[in-house]
Amino acid sequence: MPAVSKGDGMRGLAVFISDIRNCKSKEAEIKRINKELANIRSKFKGDKALDGYSKKKYVCKLLFIFLLGHDIDFGHMEAVNLLSSNKYTEKQIGYLFISVLVNSNSELIRLINNAIKNDLSSRNPTFMCLALHCIANVGSREMAEAFASEIPRILVAGDTMDSVKQSAALCLLRLYKTSPDLVLMGEWTSRVVHLLNDQHMGVVTAAISLITCLSQKNPDEFKTCVSLAVSRLSRIVSSASTDLQDYTYYFVPAPWLSCKLLRLLQCYPPPEDGAVKGRLVECLETILNKAQEPPKSKKVQHSNAKNAILFEAISLIIHYDSEPNLLVRACNQLGQFLQHRETNLRYLALESMCTLASSEFSHEAVKTHIETVINALKTERDVSVRQRAADLLYAMCDRSNAKQIVAEMLSYLETADYSIREEMVLKVAILAEKYAVDYSWYVDTILNLIRIAGDYVSEEVWYRVIQIVINRDDVQGYAAKTVFEALQAPACHENMVKVGGYILGEFGNLIAGDPRSSPLVQFNLLHSKFHLCSVPTRALLLSAYIKFINLFPETKATIQEVLRCDSQIRNSDVELQQRAVEYLKLSSIASTDVLATVLEEMPPFPERESSILAKLKKKKGPGAVSVTELEDSKREGGELNGGGDRGPDTSAMSASNAVSRHSVTSNLSYVFQSTPSPSADLLGIRSSAPAGTAPASAGNLLVDVFSEAGPAAPSAAVNDDGFLRFVCKNNGVLFENQLLQIGIKSEYRQNLGRMYLFYGNKTSVQFASFTTSVSCPGELQSHILSLNVQTKQVEPLVEGGAQIQQVLNIECLTDFSDAPLLNIKFRYGGALQNLTLKLPVTINKFFQPTEMSSHDFFQRWKQLSQPQQEAQKIFKANHSMDTEVLKAKLLGLGTALLDNVDPNPENYVCAGVIQTKGQQVGCLLRLEPNAQAQMYRLTLRCSKDSVSRRLCELLAEQF
Amino acid sequence: MMRFLLLFSRQGKLRLQKWFTPIPEREKKKIIREMTTMVLARQPRSCNFLHWKDLKIIYKRYASLYFCLAIENHENELLALEVIHRYVELLDKYFGNVCELDIIFNFEKAYFILDEFLLGGEIQETSKQIVNRCIESSDMLQEYYCEGETDFPGTWRKL
Repeated sequence: MPAVSKGDGMRGLAVFISDIRNCKSKEAEIKRINKELANIRSKFKGDKALDGYSKKKYVCKLLFIFLLGHDIDFGHMEAVNLLSSNKYTEKQIGYLFISVLVNSNSELIRLINNAIKNDLSSRNPTFMCLALHCIANVGSREMAEAFASEIPRILVAGDTMDSVKQSAALCLLRLYKTSPDLVLMGEWTSRVVHLLNDQHMGVVTAAISLITCLSQKNPDEFKTCVSLAVSRLSRIVSSASTDLQDYTYYFVPAPWLSCKLLRLLQCYPPPEDGAVKGRLVECLETILNKAQEPPKSKKVQHSNAKNAILFEAISLIIHYDSEPNLLVRACNQLGQFLQHRETNLRYLALESMCTLASSEFSHEAVKTHIETVINALKTERDVSVRQRAADLLYAMCDRSNAKQIVAEMLSYLETADYSIREEMVLKVAILAEKYAVDYSWYVDTILNLIRIAGDYVSEEVWYRVIQIVINRDDVQGYAAKTVFEALQAPACHENMVKVGGYILGEFGNLIAGDPRSSPLVQFNLLHSKFHLCSVPTRALLLSAYIKFINLFPETKATIQEVLRCDSQIRNSDVELQQRAVEYLKLSSIASTDVLATVLEEMPPFPERESSILAKLKKKKGPGAVSVTELEDSKREGGELNGGGDRGPDTSAMSASNAVSRHSVTSNLSYVFQSTPSPSADLLGIRSSAPAGTAPASAGNLLVDVFSEAGPAAPSAAVNDDGFLRFVCKNNGVLFENQLLQIGIKSEYRQNLGRMYLFYGNKTSVQFASFTTSVSCPGELQSHILSLNVQTKQVEPLVEGGAQIQQVLNIECLTDFSDAPLLNIKFRYGGALQNLTLKLPVTINKFFQPTEMSSHDFFQRWKQLSQPQQEAQKIFKANHSMDTEVLKAKLLGLGTALLDNVDPNPENYVCAGVIQTKGQQVGCLLRLEPNAQAQMYRLTLRCSKDSVSRRLCELLAEQF
Repeated sequence: MMRFLLLFSRQGKLRLQKWFTPIPEREKKKIIREMTTMVLARQPRSCNFLHWKDLKIIYKRYASLYFCLAIENHENELLALEVIHRYVELLDKYFGNVCELDIIFNFEKAYFILDEFLLGGEIQETSKQIVNRCIESSDMLQEYYCEGETDFPGTWRKL
């Protein structure tokens, strides 16, 4: 008989469960449940005191009902009562109920905490474990407050049972993750590290999760764990499969612990101690060797456990990125897996190789597998594997194989799953641009993209091809010829019409000599598509037509005819109608000279990062797209075409909002301005400046426009004058006018901060109804809060000449870009004053400085080599370039200023770690001043791309 | 760390849910719906891993039950598969040839076993012997305390 027959069958529960299972319909189920709920409620409310068993049974039924997906609003008290039962099963069910249905009812939490406290001090290991499990399962702040100091004691006490130690370690980890501020490091920390040496493998396994998390946050304090981990790993790796008894899993010694050890080592750079390092390299080699040995079992569990360790070892090798020999061996091993019959292994090998491809040591080795990867792209049955293959092709692409890879990806696109087409299109577009030697190949590729997957070609892609064609006169004739040919197809994608219209409008003259593509033929070809297109495309075509009139006077009559016909000039769409009217008028009254000036060829676009790349980053970004990324892409859109975020059409042809506000001539002079002049360039703020030297103020303006779009309608305009002055300092006056002065003092530790606000009444009259509120706009308040700001309300009266103080407690949950807003309202002499300020809480406030050697710095720098991890800006100096001033600012930023790292002593190099609740973000910074040009180049590399960008934005305003 | 573990049947009926981080109930229901549709739509012999938001989903089917484990991005997929397998082994050892019905009728036991094996989203004890000894000894405690119970344990399993 199975073990279940022991003890505690609750017959009533079993009957209830089978009743539910027998219900034929949802309604019947609900009916049965309601009946049961009524029954339980009456039992709980009844005069007769229930015995423990019945209480347990009913609580268990409630739990079952809850797990079916129904709401439960009673029974909590009975469950809490069960906690103090001295019968194990009753206690156990009580704890289970609490763990599953935790309610932040504070009264209840107090009772629960009491019961837990009793069990923790009972010295009965079974009860202690139950209590610890409950804390770990609930993990609320109240529990952390009550037990965060108690649990470390239990964990390191000499007489604690092993099983209790295990639960205590993971319980503490949970509390540390929810409330790191409450778990204080102390004498116990050093003893925790030594748990790595514990005789009981279960204790080590549980403890190492805790140690890994603590080391990530406090690497220096836990440094000693490296050598301990290496020796533990070495003992496991070299042990025979029988040595570890029950910790051997399908002939693999301690796979979970091995992986955890390898993971822990990935929190640190390679060991500096030669002996330790030697031992570790030996371990890694042994693991790689074992992969070549024949399997000890045919069971998939054996190979999974063995390969899990192997993949973790490879991750460590990639993390170190310093042992060419190991890297190449890892790559070869993965190469074997690429052809393995296990789909899981092929998938993981493709994924793992992607990271290897970015190491300079193994890039070439990865490339040798190109044929296999291409084959995977073509033949894998599982779309997620194909997706990984496409990722790897993208990662291994360089100048030598770009043509082959792009061709393969293009041909794959024809049959690719819809879910991954858009991403594939972006990748092809990026590779084509990045590795284009001759731009005719690039143009061909993009046109092919549009032909094959037109629906998935986002605007960024076709904007980009136009931008490139405009900027390179060697490819313009070819582009005109190719689009002309592509447009011959009876059915062509609207995106093709857009590109075609734009390019022929600009460069149709380059192919007009050939009678097969004479001006009229070109025009007729374009116009044959006109009626099938959407309004924006038609608008673009109308603009192409007016450009034709300038390029080819012989088409004037035909085109004027088209513009004049009712379907244009009386079109129900205002934009189309207006264009038709304006263009018709322009072509009839303007002299050829005027026409030629107004309709001159587009000037080259300033060079800048590809907007497609930004788009891909956005798609691939970790988790949800952050606001900064959206901002970026909007800005890119704007830059790309030199006029707002609406694509080339906006700037080159006509912008509907501009049209509605300008008379014909001023509109046109704005629209067709051939040399960008700042005054006319309303939307493309930054494109008017020379590449790379966008004036700080303009950039700032744009950033602010976006970052303040979100907040819930502040009644007063947001004042951010003071904001940027506090990036590199913590104290000072944030705001001052005739009435009020606001001073700030703030301090930050790890991911926590406290800000003191001082409101000074400068008048001799009382401020009445003085209220302040802090709100978190945009991304900050999205359902995953980036920033947690808590404050107490201030007194509503501020006497004349008095100063009041307010404290804000700030917790950084994840990285963020927006700033919290402080709104202040008060009455002064009867008039309501309303003021909104940006609070200077910026991501850099959560920096912990990191000192490191030149070697370490460059190693980390190299590790952060993915393009999206880097942000760079070149900008003009706005302040003194004096060395001491710069140093003070960089230190104020919160990073460590590293000496003797950069070979050029003029440059500044800094390192730091941003502490958020959820993670740590390593940041490296390099600032290169050019005193002669009064310019700076600022480069940031962070482990999180949104952080790089935000820091770059913030800092570019500081120097 | 692991974020959640879901057990559901081929018909998409949820049999067990374990959340290792606090998530609002409404969100849980959404995730459950998404997981069941996503996993049940997979072709046989596909790989067992999926990317979902910033997590990796590792799933495996045992008889009529799907086990679906969400892990953080840097965690090891293969090992996660073996976490599932070890849990199945533990259930199997306890119930003796475990089937879906055992988990339905003894859901609380399934939770207790899980709590001995995983805690706070991390592995607590990988040894099958130790976990089983733990559960069995608590069953013994039960017997000791439960003397005089009037129910007929075991018989209902045939329902």
